[in-house]
Amino acid sequence: MIMKIIGKLSDEIFFNLIRENRYLHFVKGLGISIQLTFYAALIGGAIGLLIALARLTNNKVLSYFASKYVDIIRGTPVVVQLLIIYFAVFASVNMHRVAVASIAFGINSGAYVAELIRAGIQAVDKGQMEAARSLGLSYSQSMYHIIIPQAIKNILPGMGNEVISLWKETAIAGFIGLEDLMRGAEIVRGRTFSNYTPYLVIALIYFYITVMMTAALGKMERGMRKSD
Amino acid sequence: MIKVVDLYKSFGTLEVLRGVSNEIHKGEVVCVIGPSGSGKSTFLRCLNLLEEPTSGEVFIDGVSLTEHGKDINKLRQKVGMVFQQFNLFPHMNVMENITLAPVKLKGMSKEEASEKAVMLLRKVGLPDKDYEYPNKLSGGQKQRVAIARALAMDPEIMLFDEPTSALDPEMVGEVLSAMKQLVVEGMTMVVVTHEMGFAREVGDRILFMDEGIIAEENSPEELFNNPKNERTRSFLSKVL
Repeated sequence: MIMKIIGKLSDEIFFNLIRENRYLHFVKGLGISIQLTFYAALIGGAIGLLIALARLTNNKVLSYFASKYVDIIRGTPVVVQLLIIYFAVFASVNMHRVAVASIAFGINSGAYVAELIRAGIQAVDKGQMEAARSLGLSYSQSMYHIIIPQAIKNILPGMGNEVISLWKETAIAGFIGLEDLMRGAEIVRGRTFSNYTPYLVIALIYFYITVMMTAALGKMERGMRKSD
Repeated sequence: MIKVVDLYKSFGTLEVLRGVSNEIHKGEVVCVIGPSGSGKSTFLRCLNLLEEPTSGEVFIDGVSLTEHGKDINKLRQKVGMVFQQFNLFPHMNVMENITLAPVKLKGMSKEEASEKAVMLLRKVGLPDKDYEYPNKLSGGQKQRVAIARALAMDPEIMLFDEPTSALDPEMVGEVLSAMKQLVVEGMTMVVVTHEMGFAREVGDRILFMDEGIIAEENSPEELFNNPKNERTRSFLSKVL
């Protein structure tokens, strides 16, 4: 019985990973997925900061558009956004698919990051700004020295979760023909006709990377708490 | 030194200040008393424009605060403020709390500012707390650090917004004695307070505020012993 299971398992591993160097599909896919997450997180962070600041200004027009941006992005599926951006917005531009997908994921993530940053800044006690201003510091000096350093502590945990979701959301990049981790599994499955082994392999990879990101995040949070 | 002319302030439909005028002279200690919601704190916060008056004017050394184009940050440097909730910066230690503004705004070197901070901390009776973070301090200690932080900018006038109201009773004394020290040194002060004993002892003048106006104004002896206004009398009978 046990021998049978082991025999089956080693067959599956042989066909799905070793034969014809099929493991390369997973390795290559992992590289694409990591790249997408990395660039999208950078783009999303930048967009998020801008949108959050726009929402917090007294400028009614800016804050209106910023809040509409958040509404629209959060109100539509990310896969639909990805397809619209690829087939409509960048259709006539010859741009690398990784770049297009990173921008799409970044635009999506930016809406969520904006809400995190806005909430993090607003959670800082109003008296902090008043105390800073009463000393004679300008609005931007107060933001820089007093408000933002305290807001970062509020924002960081949510930001980590956002990157982790982003990492898993990139699994839809195959919709625009990118050979990411998910697509890699499907290519292998198309060759080996295994029911589920390629999916188990990528599930393990997705999970393991998430565990590493969670650990890194925990370390950062502990580091920040030291100054409390 | 500070002149207030016909100050009005509304929040939406709520009229908090309804025509307040007064003048605070150099070296004077003015205590503002009155029931909650009478506009005392709003009046005080208008003096450094933390609250923008709906109408009326505030002059500091003859310069209008409310006129557009005035460098409000520069003017605020002359006016120190101490808050009910202390508002120390929790991510900075005591030394950084005190030295931030002088270093950034007065171009003081870190060393100069630290020396000054040490001197100020000694003055408020906290000689050995330089590198503590605010969350390690008691309420009374926090408030004394807040006083030192305001003094570090060499203000010409100090505003106190109910500085002892958030404190446990046994800590009120240490904050009041730090404030008395300032009175002795001749600091110009405006103090919104519920500590009638303190107001009576150190105030040169008492303003009694009610429903957004200064209902009565007099020396402490007169106002406490011989209140003229009906509302002052009824307020004092409740708190004394």
